Amino acid sequence: MTQEQITEKLQTIIAPYVEDKSALEGINGETNLLNDLDINSANLVDIIIDVEDAFDIEIDDDSAEKMLTVKDAVEVVMAKTA
Amino acid sequence: MGVVAPNAVGLADFEAALKEGKSGIQFIEELKNLKFSCQVGGIPPVTLEQKQQYFSELELKRLKANGVLYGCIAGMDAWKDAGLPFSDRKTDEADWDSGCIMGAGLASARAIRYAMYMIDELNTRRLGSTITQQTMSSGVSAYLGGMLGLGNQVTTNASACSTGTEAIIMGAERIRLGKAKRMLCGACDSTGAYVWAGFDAMRVMNRRSNDAPEKASRPMSETASGFVPGGGAGALLLEDLESALERNAPIYAEVLGGFTNSGGQRKSGTMTAPNTSGIERCIIGALHDAGIEASEVDAISGHLTSTMFDPGEVASWSKALQRRGSDFPYINALKSMIGHCLSAAGAIEAVAAVLQLKGNFLHPSLNCGDLHPEIAEIIDSQKIPQTFQKAELNIFAKSSFGFGDVNSCVIFRKY
Repeated sequence: MTQEQITEKLQTIIAPYVEDKSALEGINGETNLLNDLDINSANLVDIIIDVEDAFDIEIDDDSAEKMLTVKDAVEVVMAKTA
Repeated sequence: MGVVAPNAVGLADFEAALKEGKSGIQFIEELKNLKFSCQVGGIPPVTLEQKQQYFSELELKRLKANGVLYGCIAGMDAWKDAGLPFSDRKTDEADWDSGCIMGAGLASARAIRYAMYMIDELNTRRLGSTITQQTMSSGVSAYLGGMLGLGNQVTTNASACSTGTEAIIMGAERIRLGKAKRMLCGACDSTGAYVWAGFDAMRVMNRRSNDAPEKASRPMSETASGFVPGGGAGALLLEDLESALERNAPIYAEVLGGFTNSGGQRKSGTMTAPNTSGIERCIIGALHDAGIEASEVDAISGHLTSTMFDPGEVASWSKALQRRGSDFPYINALKSMIGHCLSAAGAIEAVAAVLQLKGNFLHPSLNCGDLHPEIAEIIDSQKIPQTFQKAELNIFAKSSFGFGDVNSCVIFRKY
């Protein structure tokens, strides 16, 4: 799976967790999940579960903690699927 | 008010169901497959479209606690029905004058089951973020508090099958004390095998009517042989009269007063059976608190579960009110239509009582054509409506009793 494909899939997973849908419009690699998309921090664990299911990978807690921006998340997924 | 009952979801449909004596009791395949003795019950017919009106897709994906679901729907409906505004989570201030006492017995049996299996399969890290809020006792009030932005007391009471009625009394007391202007009060309970199994094991559910579900719940009947399980939620928005008048709120009825107590599990009272002195004192206490005479009670919504205790309850009412025969108030049992909705029972039945009070009618008490002789000895059978009846009512008394020998009785007056 290419970086673009992963990014696209991640955005689809994240979208339901974002209340203000307009925040999704300018989304890019640097977009911070908590600060820019205003995702409830408790929901991050649910996003991790959804990502695990979607890519059939396991994301350990240390990797999960690194997933602060969209780019971070893509990197974690790429490393696990490589 | 708001209601999620086995025979209807939503106030308008519920009122129609009451009038036509619609049963919500069905054969339940799951109970048969799990080898329950009682294989009938009442499950509220909540559709996916209805769920989507109250919860986002994301919330629904995680929400396994159906008691929480029922409670939130009833609570949101009651709030809306009372003409109150829905505020914005980010920009609006909390409503410091409004709180909620939304009781629960076991609001989340399925969520607990799901979590237990996940844990035992070593998947704790994949439980998700909402298991705690769904399975904590106060789950339903916590959800509602956020949905409505409540800034006063937000809590969940629990007193088994007395819970719903008790919540109304507790809310009214808080308003009386001047600590809140309005309290959303009621209760919920989840449905299904995992909530009902303990009762089936106790052999207190009706196992003789699996082939005739609508006949299974028979309060006050000679052939009553155990209760029929149900679940759902009822919610009433109680408000200080001054505040309600000020904002021109629709008013259904007045909570005149109420009383809660326990029989202490002494004398005839045990963990599972009531001390009749406790019941009588509770009824008398409610009349006293409401400031009315026993002779003023027009109708009673009994606890009446379709068990061998029904005659004892009627006897206690008769003794407490000092009324019998044709002088006895009207009495009906909603459980004949919806089964015993456990912790939610008092709340759903209170909604029904208020609708009858406001609408000047009595709903039929089903399946008691063969009235229990001990009841027939105490009261005139004309006092138990078996079909829809128009009736001028001014005061309705609603009682609930629960495991732990706990009692509650609330008095409503037409406004």
